[in-house]
Amino acid sequence: MDHFPTNWGRPRNDAHDAFNTYPLHQRPAPHTDTFAEGVQRTQQPIVTGTSVLAIKYKDGIMMTADTLASYGSLARFKSIQRLHAVGESTVIGASGDMSDFQYLQGLLDGLVTDEFTAGDGDALGPAEVHEYLARVLYARRSKMNPLWNSLLVGGVKDGESFLAYVDLLGTTYTASTLATGYGAYIALPLLRQAVEGREATLGADEARRILTESMRVLFYRDARSLNKFQIATVTAAGVDISEPIVLDTAWGFAEGIRGYGGQTQ
Amino acid sequence: MTSIGTGYDLSASTYSPDGRIFQVEYANKAVENSGTAIGLRVKDGIVLAVEKIIHSKLLVPEANRRIQNLDKHLGMATSGFQADGRSLANRGRDEATSYRDYYRQPSPVKEVVNRLSMYVQAYTLYSSVRPFGVSAIIGGVDKTGPRLFIVEPSGVAYGYHGAAVGKGRQLAKTEIEKLKLSELSTREAVAEAARIIYLVHDDAKEKEFELEMSWIGDETNGLHVPVPEGLLAEAERKAKEALETFE
Amino acid sequence: MFRNTYDSDNTVFSPQGRLHQVEYALEAVKQGSAAVGLRSKTHAILLALKRSTGELASYQQKMYRIDDHVGIAIAGLTSDARVLSNFMRQQAMSSRMVFNRPIPVNRLVSSIADKAQVNTQEYGRRPYGVGFLVIGGDKTGPHLYEFSPSGNSYEYYAMSIGARSQSAKTYLEKHYEKFVDCNLEDLIRHGLHALRETLQQDKELTINNTSIGIIGPAGEHERNVPSGSPFRILEGEAIDVYLKTMVPKDTGEAPAPAAATGDEPPAGEAAPAPPAGGDGDVQMSED
Repeated sequence: MDHFPTNWGRPRNDAHDAFNTYPLHQRPAPHTDTFAEGVQRTQQPIVTGTSVLAIKYKDGIMMTADTLASYGSLARFKSIQRLHAVGESTVIGASGDMSDFQYLQGLLDGLVTDEFTAGDGDALGPAEVHEYLARVLYARRSKMNPLWNSLLVGGVKDGESFLAYVDLLGTTYTASTLATGYGAYIALPLLRQAVEGREATLGADEARRILTESMRVLFYRDARSLNKFQIATVTAAGVDISEPIVLDTAWGFAEGIRGYGGQTQ
Repeated sequence: MTSIGTGYDLSASTYSPDGRIFQVEYANKAVENSGTAIGLRVKDGIVLAVEKIIHSKLLVPEANRRIQNLDKHLGMATSGFQADGRSLANRGRDEATSYRDYYRQPSPVKEVVNRLSMYVQAYTLYSSVRPFGVSAIIGGVDKTGPRLFIVEPSGVAYGYHGAAVGKGRQLAKTEIEKLKLSELSTREAVAEAARIIYLVHDDAKEKEFELEMSWIGDETNGLHVPVPEGLLAEAERKAKEALETFE
Repeated sequence: MFRNTYDSDNTVFSPQGRLHQVEYALEAVKQGSAAVGLRSKTHAILLALKRSTGELASYQQKMYRIDDHVGIAIAGLTSDARVLSNFMRQQAMSSRMVFNRPIPVNRLVSSIADKAQVNTQEYGRRPYGVGFLVIGGDKTGPHLYEFSPSGNSYEYYAMSIGARSQSAKTYLEKHYEKFVDCNLEDLIRHGLHALRETLQQDKELTINNTSIGIIGPAGEHERNVPSGSPFRILEGEAIDVYLKTMVPKDTGEAPAPAAATGDEPPAGEAAPAPPAGGDGDVQMSED
């Protein structure tokens, strides 16, 4: 049945307007199978966060990420928290698609609530959260519908520090210094040099200094970064995510760089 | 019970000639034979308390809880069949989770209670199921403050300032009515609830019991949690003292 | 046809608010041979009496491993037990797969209790006809739970289920305060004493009709326990040493030493099975 009255009693040829009833309703297009052209799912992230850095130190783990969510090369949201506490002993940090990250936060918050309502004193620690995320991300990539994130998971439970990586493919690995995104190229070598072999003796102040300096370097080098970031600390006492820290940076040197300062030639 | 043997009491889907549904009334019997549970709604929170009958001395104390969490801010104390209570709590947790998934915020107490009461009511409609053999006291704190409800086997749910279900509910209600609930703090209410449970427990007829209590309010950061050991012990000590002077 | 008007199915409350069908299901548990469970600070153990249907049959399995940290003993319908224990294994595997953690024992027990509850509330399916004793170890130490067809589950210091389990319970209630500080060997001896109470008059515990399940560190008589000391079931020759530690019952008769000797055929072969022969309540499907 054709539900458009202007089409009633008219020739089936759209080009012909014998009764001059212009403007014409478009006739319904012949039905095509929804899947005729295949299904296209997420091809790239949309609103993104850049690097996350994390290290182990004497009392636990420390993680940092800036507060920028970019829309392409546009610095779209400048005050987005990319570090998220999961229960009392775990923190995760996300780079990649921020909406996918928010979805994951919802999943994890649900898990934490379930664990609380069970009321038996058992709680998910960082290792369990990491395994769960790896399962979710791998299942989604196997459905060709990935959650576009690289995540760091860190925490302390039963006296053990835990730090691991998982990404949109379900790849996992662990190390005492980790970085995602651009930070894996720029900051990770610095972190390794500063931390590896000293995990058991590194104090909180120095750990914080190392991360701050790495964030400074990243801000100078990474065009999708911001000089405003947060540091999350997980120790036996629990999770603490700092207020945003703003770095003082100097751009005087850039004046002489072609493309930045006043052009002389 | 003139109904017995008439055949009008064999199914939840059958009315008796005078318009009663006997299966629902029998479900209430299951509740009435079971250890008392009470709930107090006071100015800054809710206290739940249960008289947990100890059917064997081999039971591990404090392990077999009758007060459950439905969500971080929602607690439920049941009287009746333990297994039905667990089943109902599972549904309650599902509803609370579902609300969180849809709205990304903790559910109002009333919302979960409404949904649960509809669920319970559905079990009074069909011959293929039996009604729930539990009455549930559901308490929590939401945006509107502390809220307390009872869901009964019939599916009816009312809000209360003070709630009591189970064997000793009559005496418990009388005692709760004497309290000035709107002036009590949760800390004071813990002591009162303990006293009432000790009072309604019938030493002569009953096996031993264990007092189980939970609370939620400003003192607990809005989380429904068991009353801490020290406070519980203190409340029990006072309850026993009060019992001696009461007699 | 029925004993009363209110016991034909699950969906009928009696005027007293009871569920007769569920209560009958609890009787099915008592048809099976007994199982005993108890725990100390360090160990949780199960002991069970195996039956054989006759001289040509092997002894029916009474214990199942669920996971490295959980084991069960059953009493009642074996086929129902297999369904439920497979479900428990799936739950345990799923926890290891999704969270990389051993499933908390209380949640495992609750999961089958919740399953059993459904069969007490809906028409068309009978309640399960089997009871479990579940032992498990986690961060807070060893645990013992009872699961029953009514959908109830409780944690106990010690418990027994199955035929004549009341006698074992009486023993356990008398001695349970001592269990906490027992070493594994003493705990097993208490367990055997309790299990012995469930035997018919002319019967004894032997290496053929007794199973012992253990959670906790290896005992002094145990050999080749894998690292992490997972749940293990001792049967046959391995339990001889424990049977020998039993104190004879003060019946006034000659003390009954452990019947087993080294040259007796292992369970599972066509063995002359004196403890089973003539046992009046032996039934095909109920262990």
